[in-house]
Amino acid sequence: MKQRSLFDVISPIMTGPSSSHTAGAVRLGLLVRNIYGETPTKVTFRLYNSFAQTGKGHGTDKGLLAGLLGFNVDSDEIKNIYDNEEAKRIKYNYEFEQNLDMHPNSVDFILDGKIPMIVSGNSVGAGNVEIVKIDDFATKISGEYNTLVLFYKDKPGMISKVSTLIQKENINIASLDCDRNARGKTASMCICLDGNVSDILIDEIKKIDDVYFVRNVKKLEA
Amino acid sequence: MEYSINTFEKLLRACKEENKKIYEIMQEKEAYDFEITVKEVREKVLKNINAMKEAIVSGLTSSEKSFSGLCGDDTLKLKKRYAQTPALFGDLYEKITTYALATMEENLRMNKIVACPTAGSCGIVPAVIIALSEKYNLTEEEEMNALITAGTIGYVISSKVAMAGAVAGCQAECGVASAMSAASAVQILGGNENQIINAAVLAIKNILGLTCDPVAGLVEIPCVKRNVFLAIHAITAAELSMAGVESKIPFDEVIDAMVQTGQLMSPLLKETSQGGLATTKCGILINRHLKDKYFREG
Repeated sequence: MKQRSLFDVISPIMTGPSSSHTAGAVRLGLLVRNIYGETPTKVTFRLYNSFAQTGKGHGTDKGLLAGLLGFNVDSDEIKNIYDNEEAKRIKYNYEFEQNLDMHPNSVDFILDGKIPMIVSGNSVGAGNVEIVKIDDFATKISGEYNTLVLFYKDKPGMISKVSTLIQKENINIASLDCDRNARGKTASMCICLDGNVSDILIDEIKKIDDVYFVRNVKKLEA
Repeated sequence: MEYSINTFEKLLRACKEENKKIYEIMQEKEAYDFEITVKEVREKVLKNINAMKEAIVSGLTSSEKSFSGLCGDDTLKLKKRYAQTPALFGDLYEKITTYALATMEENLRMNKIVACPTAGSCGIVPAVIIALSEKYNLTEEEEMNALITAGTIGYVISSKVAMAGAVAGCQAECGVASAMSAASAVQILGGNENQIINAAVLAIKNILGLTCDPVAGLVEIPCVKRNVFLAIHAITAAELSMAGVESKIPFDEVIDAMVQTGQLMSPLLKETSQGGLATTKCGILINRHLKDKYFREG
């Protein structure tokens, strides 16, 4: 469960006009940037429902792009992000869809660059966000904790190997969520941490047999 | 402070048991939960207050229109009116209305504001706290106490419903902001903890059912003017509460009613711009006009 804060209701200091549709969009972009690990060369933003209906008027389009380029919610760049030099260096476009099975404010980032990847997220209110899917795997990344994201071969002992390594740095695990596409196929793990693991530890996790993908998704600034 | 304060009942009990003000309970809880000091909590609060003041200051002198061209020059109109004809309700009224408008206009210009609880309701809490602070010459510490008190109200309510028009309509945005402001006003006026929460609840009771039907999906119509109205609404709630006028429905039950009302509200009226003002003849025309504008200008 998310640790609620006073500053959920009296922040962030942000570029207007909408906490869910502008700041939330920036924060989703920032998380996706962390997950992807670098600036993609190409991205399609597929906006759903309220994001699709009212996104343009709230600057959701600008916010998503600004976040993906690494700008924070209070950045002066958001307002004129289309003129930003870094924005000009990547290809981006927007699609607008309706799908009432999905959250009112949701978006897919369809990324290309080093690897193709699709990341889906929701803006859940007051600038708070959650990444709910990476490719076909359910995830729980809110940006509130430093979160380790792993893809690996589904087999016994993997959770234990990873958690043993984390324990070596004496870091508490706040929550752990797993998903898999089929028994023995690929699985995913999202580990929310109370502290921050070292790069050395990340390298050690990467060295575990049959771990395909590791990201240390840093928590977002409040 | 290991208290869970997800209801007003628990908040009041904590205040009573610890013999502390609401803001004291909240700042200690925040410090405990995030392993920081109360001083650090207050430093963050101060940063927000300063950003609120900056938005008011820049909003008071700007007439830059929003990208839509629909809004952005109303603060100057109001200032001009008051310069010629003082407001019927006096100085404080003038300040609250112009500050709320100024902040919201900064927001629609995509300039910096403090979401409180959201950006679409960012004008209400600063208008009330800063205007009252100027009236009573509050110290920085007192301003912080008022803002933490306001935040506590939002914190408790948000344990039951997300602060988003898409989830519970404008009840959860301007409605909650008005409740937060009412509480901060009572804190500033020296009311007790029960009166602080009562003021917030009175404000909520009067906005039940408030929809989110922004024209063309913009945080402009009716959001900008609604901030002005609901800032004044907060003062009414504060006055009633200071007079001892009490909510006959228990505090937490009022919030439950608000949550239920939000659930019952049609999705067409929850930030989708598919009903209400958004689909009036004029609303549709504005929307169509802006779609063309976006298309032309990318």
